[in-house]
Amino acid sequence: MLASIDTSMIDWSRAQFALTAMYHWLFVPLTLGLAVIMGLMETQYVITGNAFWKRTAQFWMKLFGINFAVGVATGLILEFQFGTNWSNYSWFVGDIFGAPLAIEGIVAFFMEATFIAVMFFGWNKVSRRFHLAATWLTGLGATFSAWWILVANSWMQYPVGMAFNPDTVRNEMVSFTAVAFSPVAVMKFLHTVLSCWMVGAAFVIGVSAWYLLRRREKELAMASMKLAAAVGLFAALATAGTGDQSGVQVAKIQPMKLAAMEGLYDGGNGMPLTLVGDIKVPKMLSVLATHSIDGYVPGINNLLEGGYEQPDGTVALSATEKMQRGQLAIVALSDYRKAREAGDEAGMAAARQTLDENMPYFGYGYIKDPAHLVPNVGLMFWAFRVMVGFGSYFIAFFALVLFLAWKDRLSQFDWLHYVAIASIPCAYIASQAGWIVAEVGRQPWAIQDMLPLNAAISKLETGSVQTTFFLFLILFTVLLVAEIGILLKAIQKGPEK
Amino acid sequence: MKNTLKAIAAFYCDGFREMRLGRTLWALILIKLFVMFCILKCFFFPSFLKGKTETEKEQYVGGQLIDRGTNHLLNH
Repeated sequence: MLASIDTSMIDWSRAQFALTAMYHWLFVPLTLGLAVIMGLMETQYVITGNAFWKRTAQFWMKLFGINFAVGVATGLILEFQFGTNWSNYSWFVGDIFGAPLAIEGIVAFFMEATFIAVMFFGWNKVSRRFHLAATWLTGLGATFSAWWILVANSWMQYPVGMAFNPDTVRNEMVSFTAVAFSPVAVMKFLHTVLSCWMVGAAFVIGVSAWYLLRRREKELAMASMKLAAAVGLFAALATAGTGDQSGVQVAKIQPMKLAAMEGLYDGGNGMPLTLVGDIKVPKMLSVLATHSIDGYVPGINNLLEGGYEQPDGTVALSATEKMQRGQLAIVALSDYRKAREAGDEAGMAAARQTLDENMPYFGYGYIKDPAHLVPNVGLMFWAFRVMVGFGSYFIAFFALVLFLAWKDRLSQFDWLHYVAIASIPCAYIASQAGWIVAEVGRQPWAIQDMLPLNAAISKLETGSVQTTFFLFLILFTVLLVAEIGILLKAIQKGPEK
Repeated sequence: MKNTLKAIAAFYCDGFREMRLGRTLWALILIKLFVMFCILKCFFFPSFLKGKTETEKEQYVGGQLIDRGTNHLLNH
């Protein structure tokens, strides 16, 4: 019963999931980013036959290996939490969520596991070209893994390709391609993976800058910075482009998320974009959200009150109307199941019709107050600005590093080397901020419009969730300290002579 | 076929034997997997619906979703 669902238990479960996901995301971006950079380095080696590139690739591969080893399997804890803390959700989505995660587990994991062994053990044992293929396939396997995880996440933001079965109380997949290649999944994949390349590039540039400050490994550092800056600049520009497309999707699919990101309460046509405080760029929000200078962008109040024309030409329902339709859907589900038990086929058909008509609003039936439909505006507003701010910074930073590398003047500016080292955590902060925008912006939903958190959660004791929260905090902190310690030692040691 | 399998086995054996930093990393991986699967999963993260048949799970979750929604209506 709702009365027995403790809201602090929901908050602790959310905090636990966020903690685990954010720690996991400290390892993933570097894996995906370094995979591309070391792949390019080894490609240089195979093309030119220059042993310098082999030694350079091997050094970054060692750092890749440390990060991979410490980070591997940390994401599995999220799956533990689905089964324990979010059992209603897991049952409700099982068939949809299960397929991408199963493919991720079987295909991508084994692909990574096979080729990573060739990559680390195969130098001088397999041909250069075979080794190069193994290096790229390791990165491709990790990227393929990310694809399926992001498909599952995208479905939570934009549930498509399924039908709700009231007999099993589950969503069943009706179109695999609609789920796997939904526009949200494609754009989220590109935006996320490209941003990981930025993290990898920032890491390589920062570590190389440390060598330049120490007057060591100059050739390796300069060559690594040049290559990483090229990758980073491409990735930063492409991340901005895919971010723009994601913005248009969010405006259509999750307008409340966009309104919260902007702290926009009262929308309208030709809306300005707030940079910070009162500094605004006229019309820019409408341009970004609708690609039209006078496009209509609803604010939080408009979304709650409804009555405006949506992009598809229909008039938006108010939050209260959606809540009423959601309540109709829940009552219809109850009626359907009662009719089924009584063997009343006519009753089942009538309830099914009501359920199908109101299913798009099913989750609204659990919302007590329209105000609960608004995510944390302050957190969203600042997380979005941190993400975009650092993203813009990195475009300028990578361009500068690439320019100086081109002019062969990278080693002349100590201040730039300090900036490069300080930029490593900035890349991680931007990446984490991006996930905060994506996930906090989806609140209160576990699945957009279909299942809010208070319906998705298991009936647990708050105390047990608190205990595991702190267990994870300790475990992940130990892993992070271990990773940083081993990484620093490997960096201090430098490449093999 | 037999020779291929032998070659693959030798490839892995040599690789593991020649590891230096890799040994520390493997130790870290094994400790982590032990903590995750033998402690966390067993004692702290049992599946909430474990022990129920498919029909029982369907009835339980269906009941929960209906109860949480309709109780909320009654409270209104």
